[in-house]
Amino acid sequence: MAVDTKVRPVRTKVPATRSTVSLKILMAVTGLLLVGFLFAHMIGNLKIFVGAESFDHYAHWLRELGAPLLPEQWYLWIQRAVLTAAVLGHIAAATILARRARKARPVRYAHRPKVQGSYAARTMRWGGVIVLLFVIYHILDLTTGTLNPVGDREHPYANVVADFAPDRWYVTLWYALAVVAVGLHLRHGLFSAARTLGQRTARGERIVRRAALVLSVVLVAGYLSVPFAVLTGLVS
Amino acid sequence: MDIQVRVWRQSGPSDRGRMVTYDVKDISPDASFLEMLDVLNEKLILDGDDPIAFDHDCREGICGMCGMMINGVAHGPERATTTCQLHMRHFRDGDTIDIEPWRAAAFPVVKDLVVDRRAFDTIIQAGGYITAPTGTAPDAHATPVPKADADAAFEAATCIGCGACVAACPNGSSMLFTAAKVAHLGLLPQGQPERQSRVLDMIEAQDEAGFGGCTNMGECTTVCPKGIPLTLIGRLNADYRKAVGKR
Repeated sequence: MAVDTKVRPVRTKVPATRSTVSLKILMAVTGLLLVGFLFAHMIGNLKIFVGAESFDHYAHWLRELGAPLLPEQWYLWIQRAVLTAAVLGHIAAATILARRARKARPVRYAHRPKVQGSYAARTMRWGGVIVLLFVIYHILDLTTGTLNPVGDREHPYANVVADFAPDRWYVTLWYALAVVAVGLHLRHGLFSAARTLGQRTARGERIVRRAALVLSVVLVAGYLSVPFAVLTGLVS
Repeated sequence: MDIQVRVWRQSGPSDRGRMVTYDVKDISPDASFLEMLDVLNEKLILDGDDPIAFDHDCREGICGMCGMMINGVAHGPERATTTCQLHMRHFRDGDTIDIEPWRAAAFPVVKDLVVDRRAFDTIIQAGGYITAPTGTAPDAHATPVPKADADAAFEAATCIGCGACVAACPNGSSMLFTAAKVAHLGLLPQGQPERQSRVLDMIEAQDEAGFGGCTNMGECTTVCPKGIPLTLIGRLNADYRKAVGKR
């Protein structure tokens, strides 16, 4: 029987700036920038344990950050612009890569056991979507105050306490789930970023994997401590 | 031992294809997986059916021709083993075994379990070579190579280009294959002149062939019959970043 071997996959020109590796480098750099912000944000959050006055003072100081070199709130807006650009870049690259991956396997396997990669690695894409939805909600809740029961921009401590009140358990639950999703995302994301940026030794891989796990756990614990403290009355 | 196999049958590139069940009786546990398929094919020929097409050549695990998804795992359940070196004793009497071809847009099915892997050749053609004067072979000690580098390069060079990495990758990415080739040449002094253009051209060829991107899951290295380490992908990434920066 004659076999047609002339069938070739469709070729599309891919410039170096949009190669899979370049897009991954973009994801690694923007991702690490966002992780840096997450740690700074977490340290700020922990000020809630010092007291209402200290926490509110810290929140107000954020608006004055960069003064007198920059007018009030300028630094804040620059940071917001950079972070938004990082989020958009990260999502855009992830979307392009996910679509390419889907196109790379048009016919699925009939028999396919679960991918052996970690749960964190398997849930990167949908986990990222959950984190995005949470970030949107979180900004509406505690930055603009739109969805907050108090929504007083001058007293963030009161906003936080009202937010995680025991009768609003569903908010706390959603917050906790989102924070865990961030933790899982970073557990694979931090290792993946290091590998994308050139980590290449077996010993380095062990160190990076362990560091990714430790940093993710620290971040999750730090972020969960606030709603937990409000829920148990430690902060009120 | 008596087993049942469910095999992907597809008469040609344009056929839709389907899984077909066959009974295989009296198979020796010492038979290799491909020998089991040979026995089945002989029966199919005697019955007047079309035998199952599959790729194979050396049958000693070094040529890279054979390869199929066995119960959803590239090259089957044994680690660091090609399909031809897999033996039926790793299955149980009465098992039903699913056999499928590599699935990737860049590896279109030619027939049954045979896929067209010329996309790998395209990647090699793009940069998997060194410039060397032709003629008699140079003396082995003409270019000194540190032992550690020689060993690392050899480990990467054991890649037989079977395509299992692509088949196993959730993204259909050929990153481990390309990384092995980039590392094997890039670790040696002879590979330095093209080190930058090699990684750029090979990644371009890989993307254009329709392979996906790497998400560092590690599925590839798990099924690789030669155990090519995942760390080589970090090496490729570093080379690529430097090459793009210098261009």
